[in-house]
Amino acid sequence: MSLGKLLERLIQLIPVLLGVSLIVFVMLALTPGDPVQIMVGEQAITPEQEAELRRDLGLDRPMVERFFLFIANAVQFDFGQSFYHGRPVADVIAERLPATIELSLVALIVALATAIPLGVLAAIRKNSIFDRLATVGSLLGVSLPGFWFGILLIMLFAVHLQILPVSGRIGYASEVPTVTGFLLIDTLLAGDFAAFGEALRYLILPAITLGLPMTAILMRVTRASMLEVMRQDYITFAEAKGLSHRRVIFRHALKNALIPTVSVAAIETGSLLGGNMIVETVFGWPGLGRLVVESIFLRNYPLVQAAVLLYAITYVLLNFVADILYTVLNPRVKL
Amino acid sequence: MTDAALAPTSAPAADSLFRRNLREFRRNRLAVASALVVLLFVVMAVAAPLIAPQDPNATDLFRRLQPPAWIEGGDWAFPLGCDGLGRDILSRIIYGARISIFIGIAVILLATGVGILAGLAAGYFRGWVDVVIGRIVDILLGFPYLIFAIGLMAMMGPGLVNIVLALAYKEWVIPCRVVRGETLAVRELEYVEAARALGAGPRHIMWREILPNILSPVIVVSTIRMANVIILEASLSFLGLGVQPPTASWGSMVSDGRAFILESWWVSTFPGLAILLLVLAINVASQGLRDAFDPRFSE
Amino acid sequence: MTVLLEVSNLHTEFHARAGLVRAVDGVSLKVSRGECLGVVGESGSGKSVTFSSVMGLVRSPGQVTQGAIFFDGRNLRDLSREEMRAIRGRDIAMTMQDALTALNPALTVGEQLAEVLEAHDETLPTGRTARRTAIRDRSVEMLGLVGIPSPEARLRQYPHEFSGGMRQRIMIAIALACRPKLLIADEPTTALDVTIQAQVLELISDIRARLGMAVVLITHDLGVVAEHCDRVMVMYAGQVVEEGPTDQVIGAPCHPYTRGLLASIPRPALRGQPLTPIMGQVPDLVGLPPQCRFHSRCPLAQPQCLVEVPMRDAGPGRRSRCLRLEEMA
Repeated sequence: MSLGKLLERLIQLIPVLLGVSLIVFVMLALTPGDPVQIMVGEQAITPEQEAELRRDLGLDRPMVERFFLFIANAVQFDFGQSFYHGRPVADVIAERLPATIELSLVALIVALATAIPLGVLAAIRKNSIFDRLATVGSLLGVSLPGFWFGILLIMLFAVHLQILPVSGRIGYASEVPTVTGFLLIDTLLAGDFAAFGEALRYLILPAITLGLPMTAILMRVTRASMLEVMRQDYITFAEAKGLSHRRVIFRHALKNALIPTVSVAAIETGSLLGGNMIVETVFGWPGLGRLVVESIFLRNYPLVQAAVLLYAITYVLLNFVADILYTVLNPRVKL
Repeated sequence: MTDAALAPTSAPAADSLFRRNLREFRRNRLAVASALVVLLFVVMAVAAPLIAPQDPNATDLFRRLQPPAWIEGGDWAFPLGCDGLGRDILSRIIYGARISIFIGIAVILLATGVGILAGLAAGYFRGWVDVVIGRIVDILLGFPYLIFAIGLMAMMGPGLVNIVLALAYKEWVIPCRVVRGETLAVRELEYVEAARALGAGPRHIMWREILPNILSPVIVVSTIRMANVIILEASLSFLGLGVQPPTASWGSMVSDGRAFILESWWVSTFPGLAILLLVLAINVASQGLRDAFDPRFSE
Repeated sequence: MTVLLEVSNLHTEFHARAGLVRAVDGVSLKVSRGECLGVVGESGSGKSVTFSSVMGLVRSPGQVTQGAIFFDGRNLRDLSREEMRAIRGRDIAMTMQDALTALNPALTVGEQLAEVLEAHDETLPTGRTARRTAIRDRSVEMLGLVGIPSPEARLRQYPHEFSGGMRQRIMIAIALACRPKLLIADEPTTALDVTIQAQVLELISDIRARLGMAVVLITHDLGVVAEHCDRVMVMYAGQVVEEGPTDQVIGAPCHPYTRGLLASIPRPALRGQPLTPIMGQVPDLVGLPPQCRFHSRCPLAQPQCLVEVPMRDAGPGRRSRCLRLEEMA
């Protein structure tokens, strides 16, 4: 794929991103209640102070101007102040982001590592007991409400068997210096393998809960595309060449079958973002998702607005990546 | 030009195809059983006041966290036990079905209606109509579903109507895309051409010629989506952004139970089981529907 | 000439929802070393399935249920999976109808050529670099052999970057990479333009002469057979109905089906005469009664044809499955 084509695709993203920002902006603008009132809360202020605050927030200007101001600020990562934290929204989000990214990546890895082998196996052994179990499993996977599944896991592994922690991110005893914010990396950097293991223990249940629907979907996609590929002439031809079964499956079939899997995985990574809110709430995971849910109840709207925008942009970019991956992996499709 | 004059050219044997597909569906026993389970839930929701053993909102602190009937300390008048306020869990599950099913149906009906209108217009008129609708669809697809709904709920505040709106705002995109694609495919077919040649207007062509022939995939997609909508509603309720207490909804019941997972597992477990059962039944039934009505997409 | 492949009484069945399909029903055939056998028949006649059975590539729900397949003195049906794999691609190679679908779109032509050498060629050196160079040289040689210009550069390309005719040549190069004793060419020209068809067939004939391999040419085109094959075998509804030397079968067919096939293609010798298609369709292969299968479409059919008809000698090297073959001469 040429750089020019890539650039063209990137430019096509701009109207979508603008539209997304507009919706986020309008969401906040249409919120019932006066932002200044919400901000001030119970404190008594003079009308002069209120007017000044209003001016500071740009609330005295026309909507259109406010929208462009919002965009201009957003581009500079300026989302205003989080009243509750008394700090800029961007700082608060940046602080919570690594926990969310770490959880999402581990969930993604768990999902890919289980879904692909299971999907391939189900396709190769089509209609076997294993295939049927896998089909039932994937149906269960998409039907299980994540929050409930998480609670079941906690009840089983944390409360009943007591082999994994109930919630949180890491035990208080094993604090390590923050470098990247990713505990799995920070603990290794500190050379503290016990803490690494501990961090991993805290990750297991939330990652499984978050990754489950994705695992189910990816397994289904892998199975279906593997079955489709196995019907193709080039598989028969590869067999006619006297290649080993392994080579036919892994080199000829899988390489083609993974194309849809990978691009669906990129799209589904976006839906992990939504799942994060639920999973972080269930497991008390100190990430962005829980912050957003808390902020809604605190009526900390600038933070909610910034987070929703961040999620949406990430989501759009992930879809873009899915598109590009599909093209890169598939030599037949030319951009 | 009257409809009768157009009859010979219109919708090729849609009715008999429908019957054949229905017969195909009936052969799939698992799907039929699942459809019956869904029906059972619907009946349960409608007849909730008649079948619920207790008043779902009646608190009784003496029955606080009373275990299910088959466990020591249980009482068959409260078969699945009681929650933290001593309310009967089974009765609340029965009443909770009303919320889940009402929202599921309302969102899907609203979204499918809007989606059909928008999709037909985009696919039939093409040109700028298609571009505008396409852009809106692109932008809405730019939001992760749950986050969009959470954002809207945060802004609009809780309430039944708001939940329906928050979910339908994005949901219509899915039927819209299906309808648009099908319309593009169908609009060039002979019987549509024939109707056009006979002088039928766009309204007639869209509603009488195109829509009946693309309805199958739309229905299939809608039923599949209904399962998703129910999970989303439960998720919103779980986060406290759904129906407000004391109204029973499955998601908030699971959430209530989180406080008691150390000793009273039943408070969270049973409402979650209800969600799983209904969603699973809808998924299996809709997969059966898809296999029978829209075999292109089956494996 | 010694016999290379001898198939006797082969039965291949498919379990379909409608019932048991006898796709190949008692087929026997011989191919000598260096010989070119043409196999003719409509789609569904069992010609492709017969040779998939020979290669051990019948897919589930299909199954070879009866018969022997002797190749180079060994019964292929007795071989283990691994032994069979070693024969495929090395001793018996196959090309498919459409190279566009037969070549893997996600692998370069070089990779697809190299892997067949890698799988079978024991003469390759064992050192890594030496091995890679040897494979490369062989690949370039093969592409050159099938007439692909600047082969070194093209090894790095993907199948979709070639024209239809070039792809067909690449597929042939892959099939021939290990110098097989037998090439099964399944409809090698159907997917091609007429002008390229002739080139590809010439290429196969040419290489056959040079490498001394036997070729089975599966086709529904009697014209192709007439030009390239020593012998021809006509199949109908899972059975062989006629076989013999090409010129004799085409010059004087002794089965009404062959005669019908010949009458339905344009030939220069019969210019001016109307073409007569064979009426009707190939019968459903589920639950066929033991009687002449062509009976329902046969212009010569009589009540006594409703019995099981065996293959009978019809002159030196010729056999036919018709009760009335004597009357046809």
